[in-house]
Amino acid sequence: MAAAGLYTIGGSFWEFGEPDWDNTEFFMMFGVAEDHDSNPIKKGLAKLKERGAKFVSVNPVRTGYSAVADEWVPIRPGTDGLLVMAICQELIRTGRVDFDWLARYSNAPWLVIDTPREASHGSFARDADGHPLAIDGRTGKPSNALRSDIRVRLSGTVEVEPGVPARPAYDLLMRRCMETAYSPEIAAARTGVPASVIRRLARELADAAFERAIRLAQPWTDWAGRRHTHVTGRPVAMHAMRGISAHSNGFHTCRAIHILQMLLGAIDCPGAFRYKAPFPRPCPPGQKPVGKPGEVAPGAPLAGMPLGFPTWPGDLLVDDAGRPARLDKAYSWEAPLAAHGMMHMVIANAHAGDPYPIDTLFMFMANMSWNSSMNTTRTMEMLTDRDPESGEYRIPHIIYSDAYASEMVAYADLVLPDTTYLERHDCISLLDRPISSAEGPADAIRHPVLKPDPDVRPFQDVLITLGERLGFPGLLTAEGEPRYPGGYPDYMVNHERRPGLGMLAGWRGAQGELIGRGTPNPEQLERYKENGAFWFHEMPPEMHWNRHANGDYLSWAKDMGFIDSTNQIVLQLYCEPLQRFRQAARGFGTYQPPKALCSRIETYFDPLPIWYPPLAQAALLDEYPLHAITQRPMAMYHSWGGQNAWLRQIHGANAIYLHHATAAAQSITDGDWIWVESATGRVKGQARLMDGVERHTVWTWNAIAKRKGSWNLDTDAPEATHAVLFNHLIPEFLPRAGDAARLSNSDPVTGQAAWFDLRVRIRKALPEEAGEAAPQFAPLPRPPGLAPAPTISRYGEDFHPRPKPLRRKLT
Amino acid sequence: MTGLPASTDKKLGLVIDLDTCVGCHACAVNCKEWNTGGHSAPLTDEDPYGGDASGVWFNRIHAFEVGEGTAGRTVHFPRSCLHCETPACVTVCPTGASYKRETDGIVLVDEDHCIGCKLCSWACPYGAREYDLDAGVMKKCTLCVDRIYNENLSKTERVPACVATCPAGARHFGDFADPQSEVSILTAARGGYDLMPEIDMKPTNKYLPPRPRANTCTAPVTDDDSIAPSGFLGLVDRVFSR
Repeated sequence: MAAAGLYTIGGSFWEFGEPDWDNTEFFMMFGVAEDHDSNPIKKGLAKLKERGAKFVSVNPVRTGYSAVADEWVPIRPGTDGLLVMAICQELIRTGRVDFDWLARYSNAPWLVIDTPREASHGSFARDADGHPLAIDGRTGKPSNALRSDIRVRLSGTVEVEPGVPARPAYDLLMRRCMETAYSPEIAAARTGVPASVIRRLARELADAAFERAIRLAQPWTDWAGRRHTHVTGRPVAMHAMRGISAHSNGFHTCRAIHILQMLLGAIDCPGAFRYKAPFPRPCPPGQKPVGKPGEVAPGAPLAGMPLGFPTWPGDLLVDDAGRPARLDKAYSWEAPLAAHGMMHMVIANAHAGDPYPIDTLFMFMANMSWNSSMNTTRTMEMLTDRDPESGEYRIPHIIYSDAYASEMVAYADLVLPDTTYLERHDCISLLDRPISSAEGPADAIRHPVLKPDPDVRPFQDVLITLGERLGFPGLLTAEGEPRYPGGYPDYMVNHERRPGLGMLAGWRGAQGELIGRGTPNPEQLERYKENGAFWFHEMPPEMHWNRHANGDYLSWAKDMGFIDSTNQIVLQLYCEPLQRFRQAARGFGTYQPPKALCSRIETYFDPLPIWYPPLAQAALLDEYPLHAITQRPMAMYHSWGGQNAWLRQIHGANAIYLHHATAAAQSITDGDWIWVESATGRVKGQARLMDGVERHTVWTWNAIAKRKGSWNLDTDAPEATHAVLFNHLIPEFLPRAGDAARLSNSDPVTGQAAWFDLRVRIRKALPEEAGEAAPQFAPLPRPPGLAPAPTISRYGEDFHPRPKPLRRKLT
Repeated sequence: MTGLPASTDKKLGLVIDLDTCVGCHACAVNCKEWNTGGHSAPLTDEDPYGGDASGVWFNRIHAFEVGEGTAGRTVHFPRSCLHCETPACVTVCPTGASYKRETDGIVLVDEDHCIGCKLCSWACPYGAREYDLDAGVMKKCTLCVDRIYNENLSKTERVPACVATCPAGARHFGDFADPQSEVSILTAARGGYDLMPEIDMKPTNKYLPPRPRANTCTAPVTDDDSIAPSGFLGLVDRVFSR
């Protein structure tokens, strides 16, 4: 999700941007998105409805936000990208595209070399100084596309050198979108959204963007120093999250949504999607992942950040033979742009010793023997599997840190009990997932309100202590003493990533007089506490819009350390880094993918947006006609403690939801016990019939089910007896093609786990099978020393101001 | 049995907006959090970590569907005491434990006088009463009587916990006796309605119906797929400034 945004618009949805709730006229949300930014979105939706703006929800399931949408568009899972491409086609066909915006703010005019048999094919044509070229409208000849005074063409062809033809990126995009495969009629057949609805949505978007354009009297200065008296607004906003990214076509689907926004000129202007600091950043941001062979040494820290943004094959973390350097195979040819890592593959790879065996698996708050894994049944076996020859565990040692007795704790050799966030310091930093608003940057701290149990330590303190004991220079002074003797709060204040830049942006400098950049302030945490634990800086209004091209903003953002240059951030309709990987797959350049992956790279590293059916589904359509997806209930979002006495009364069991008609076809009635079967496994639960679900889709709440004996719940808890876990059904690998190596069930571009590509069939359970969810496993033994859970909770009675009458229990 | 005031000075109550409630349960949880330590403390949970957890909640959210297909709707319906003007739960009470306040119209239970006979829960047609099995007394929504007059709280916090926390702005609190109050104006403007008016308990709380769906498409959609002159055909000759 974020990867596609960062390579395309230098920002993304969720923490990276937000809709302009006050001005948008048409808001479109794709897929489940109820987690990140959840309260701001709820507030925003209420604003839209008060103003009468239209809210369209594209989602297979009508729950949560979709329940209050003005229009619910039930779509087949994994086809959102096709819907978006068909809308793009419709906009292009009807000429309702913001060409002026594209020419000014995107790489639409940049010339793409068209020499199919040469290495340079698909690259941008550049001048001797490396500037991209565009067709100069006055001369018809190629010229520096970045000049502020150039007048450019967006279509046609031109020779950039004798015998080297090139076309503007927009010309290529337009041709891609106009392909028959993206017509509303073809899209209708696969998405389940009628062609008339697709055409209407396109027209409504265009009407809002162009007929109801906003002219905001807000002066601003652009990247070239030109003063403008107004900002033009396109009151069309979009949002997407997990519903899009949890498919193996998620990267391109997300890119398609950003391209739709760009066709409408609806980026960071009034009424549209707005960046939140520290975004926008260059597309993609400059940091590269570190961890190539030779960059990792025992007992030594990694030389840089483990995550980053590759722009060509030389950035991959692979050995000379092209084999993955990382255990999860992130940044390998299997998932070159794995900006999120590939946590879901760590156990399967470690168990297989592929790319290498490991000695110790060290994890924090990742319930990998249960709801955080694909193919949970098999994963549990892997965690205890032994090599028959040596008798050794295939994963010899497991260290695990968690605040609760989750399913994973039982598999650990060493448990590091973590605190909850009520008992520790935390830092919600601009360096990680910002909590800024469009009007300015913000960050926050948590500080303890409860004293932790003496046997429990905040995990951040554990990490700092480990680093000290390993002798990592960043955590020790020149004299070899701990650099942060005060633990994590000390680190929050005094760690500097670069001189003057630290975890917190507020109240920096010796007197707390600086923001963004400044020496550490020993009183910084006190200032945060005085201010409700938050820091927020509102930028002046001339910096509120078009920040990718706003000169005042860009220089201020550079001063703040958000970006390294004040250059205009040109948004990338055409994604050249993808083409570099694709050309490698075609045999060009120094680094090439292993043969078995060439056609995969060539297909999916398309510099233009594409839609393809989710990978795992292709072979399974007939045998497994239904899609299966999950969503986390809103009451539980970001609640690691789902065993909480109150939350489990709201969601203590979860049924299998499906459409009345789908159920009727198999004589299933509400409350029947049914099996859901995939090629990987099967689960049993109770059917609940509904109307607001796409007919080829079954769904359930995620992470309600718990293993018997875990989380200090009784073994007859409904979480164990009446809750299903779809993770058992999801394969962690794609079906093996011939003798090729196994590939993870992930997006081939980013390695993002394809949780929602799952295909299933359903079957009514036999009468004797009714009564309990399946699969069941032996109850986990109680962790030693764990006190039994109370059988009654009178929590709160101590707060009561007057003595209570004697208890008179009547039953 | 227990009498009702002839009239009340204020008619405090809630407006619940079914147009924006997304069913997040924040109101229910914050209600539980505040009230388990408040006037009716505790809101006991029986078997909280077992097979049949069951607790006292003053506010419960029901989800159901209305209509079919894309014309249908999923409704999230928060349900709590409506603080009726003529509540049967009061008149049925044999001890005077259940009462309606003359000053503000809030319906409360005096636990010292409640014998746990449950007549009130049988009488309430809205299912708003919550019996605390452990304490042996009836409990119910107090409209956070210990918040709304609480001078230890800032003025903005002197609203019921459910109203304070609702991120979607779907809950409003105020005095329905005052025609100029926010809740009165909102109710009038949005067609706020009584639940089951036919049983004549005159509930104070009002529900706002979903707004008419925004429809920004007025002209009919044709399936003409000819390419507009302003589309890519006309693009070749055009130049754009940076």
